[in-house]
Amino acid sequence: MRRLKAQVSHLFLPLSVLVILIIINLIKGADYFSITVVKGALYGNIPNILFGASELVILSIGMALVTAASQGQDIGIGAGATITSAVFVLFVLNAGEVTLLTILAGFLVSCLAGLVIGVFNGILVSVFKVQPMVATLILFMGGRSIAFMIDGRLSPILANDISNQIGTVIPGVPLQTPIILTAVFIAIVAVVLKTTNLRLYVESVGINPSAARLNGIDPKKIIFLTFLIMGICTAVAGFIAVNKAGRHDSVNLLKFIMMDAILAVAIGGNSLGGGKFSITGSIIGAYTIEMLNRTLLRLIDVDPATIPAFKAVFIIILMVVASPVVMDFAAKALRWVRFRADSGTVPETGAPDAAVVSDPDTPAKKEV
Amino acid sequence: MRSLNAAKPKKRLSNSNLLFLIAAVIFVLMYLFAIISYPGSFLQFQTFFDLFNLNAPLIIMTLGLCIVMIVGGIDISIGQVCALVMMACAVLLESGVGSVWGALLLALGIGIAFGLLQGYLIAYLEIQPFIITLAGLFLAKGLLTTLHKDPINVTMPAFVSLVDFKIVIPWLGTENRLGFFIPCEIKPGAVVVVVLVVLLAALMKWTRFGRNVYAVGGNEQSAMMLGINVKRTKFFAYVICGLMAGIAGFVFIMQIGAANVGSAALFELKAIASNIIGGTLLNGGVGNLLGSPIGALTLLIINELIRAAGVQSNFQAIVSGLLLYVFIVLQSVVMSLRGRRKFRIDLPPWLQPPRLQGKRKAENQG
Repeated sequence: MRRLKAQVSHLFLPLSVLVILIIINLIKGADYFSITVVKGALYGNIPNILFGASELVILSIGMALVTAASQGQDIGIGAGATITSAVFVLFVLNAGEVTLLTILAGFLVSCLAGLVIGVFNGILVSVFKVQPMVATLILFMGGRSIAFMIDGRLSPILANDISNQIGTVIPGVPLQTPIILTAVFIAIVAVVLKTTNLRLYVESVGINPSAARLNGIDPKKIIFLTFLIMGICTAVAGFIAVNKAGRHDSVNLLKFIMMDAILAVAIGGNSLGGGKFSITGSIIGAYTIEMLNRTLLRLIDVDPATIPAFKAVFIIILMVVASPVVMDFAAKALRWVRFRADSGTVPETGAPDAAVVSDPDTPAKKEV
Repeated sequence: MRSLNAAKPKKRLSNSNLLFLIAAVIFVLMYLFAIISYPGSFLQFQTFFDLFNLNAPLIIMTLGLCIVMIVGGIDISIGQVCALVMMACAVLLESGVGSVWGALLLALGIGIAFGLLQGYLIAYLEIQPFIITLAGLFLAKGLLTTLHKDPINVTMPAFVSLVDFKIVIPWLGTENRLGFFIPCEIKPGAVVVVVLVVLLAALMKWTRFGRNVYAVGGNEQSAMMLGINVKRTKFFAYVICGLMAGIAGFVFIMQIGAANVGSAALFELKAIASNIIGGTLLNGGVGNLLGSPIGALTLLIINELIRAAGVQSNFQAIVSGLLLYVFIVLQSVVMSLRGRRKFRIDLPPWLQPPRLQGKRKAENQG
């Protein structure tokens, strides 16, 4: 029970944001949850959010792991995904006839490219002890040019049925394919985290690398491993993004996604300074960001150019509400109110009650 | 290095100064290399001055960011704040009611406003700097596009004369192909850079605030125990950074005389990279303010070299990424070699076993 309480308080921030957004949307129009069926597939607001956020969710999973282990963020994920998808497009276009097998082989090759990127960043961070943000700055600067070099020309087009189906919907399946792919990826990550010691190792390295070292966990290996996982994540995200777009635009593909991914990790209640992490939180955070974008577009009828300002105001309000100082103040105020309410009847129950109330807030305070 | 240490055995070089030294040596080597490979262009004084003339905004932003990075934070909003300042100034100057001084005040005001907001949220409400400054980036971008979407060319006469204003050095210059003597020119932006470097370096070196910044960046807890007002130090670091972004915006518009939605894009990342090359660590506590302009100049010389070498434009990014890679690895190798020496048990010489003594002597010689 206590453990459940701790977990819920951990997810308090992302879930409350999600609820607030849903309420705002319902006030705007009651038909928010309505789903229409077009050619056997589901369309509507919720499927659209799930569809639009698929790359962001995958990247934020990787980002949560990297952040937890290396106490820094990977800002080269957009460029990395561009490179891996360039490799995928190159393979598919040169393979001749496009079958499911070529797509699969292309995907595996792009995963290899992602692993190479992971090795590059991972060696810099783990062996050379460069801060992650700096190490990935290199790829951020040069990555898109490398992708352009692999392409050889501006935006090659992926015109075949199978990638079209992967990008949109397979006939006969009610959900769009990126949603299914994201769900499969989340399931794989959940199984890996459940069956292996990865979570324990990553958290211990993130909390204190030298203590982890003394306990027989090699921080270098763990950090390297998280970057390899990040590489796979970028490959999957690039695969989905390029199939969605139908062509490979090496300049604009997933351009500002690293900011959104870091934001997703932070909204998910994870500390950006490493340590404990919650994959569930960052997944919810990613969907929240996509929902926020769409809600702002839906609510405000002015041109989309002003959206960033509203987004910024929303983020600032959110972070102020969730900030340790305000949380502390709220906990104190709550305790005071409880005490005043209780002291009229039974003064003794006031103190233990207050302790219980303040307890779930304390881990949340440390996480933020 | 070793001879330097040997000459002054008591005063060991601090990490900040070591990294600064590396940056300075790399800068000098890069410039020498540039002169040797392209003597025609890099031997001219004008090329050196142009590095300052054309890149003054970036260098000014780098200075502000350096203080924030030493205090242990990060500010990624500066590029967009700079762009917002440019657009606001352009709109004010074109509206017909504004004057040049009004535009300057507006620039400083916007910069300080962003600094105050972000500094308060980060220092006093203890929110992660990355998130808040990311929100600041979005805010500035949204305000910028709300303000005006199309490029503006400032046509106000007083401002145009300021844009065209140059300080000419008559005794320094080169002869062009036809034999005409062309004196060197310095833009006001370059002067602003020099003044700011001197002011901020003095601030960091000799004032209580500067010392506090290093202490807070090194270890917040122990700084607090020493009686330093940690929150106020952080707050003022962000305010200074915002102010620098405002000044950079004004210098930028003074340099190009126009504003655009896309101007100063990704300058924040260039500024971070310059600071890192200049020897400031992202963890805080280590850094030298003089290093950041040198880092920025190194980055710019790389670009100039690539341009002079005639590399295809889409290779430029790759080459500068590679060179950044080399610097980062070099820095980390130097730091780790130094770290290894730091943790050795250091007994006085007469207590050391002879075997170790011999080893150490050999090391000192070799």
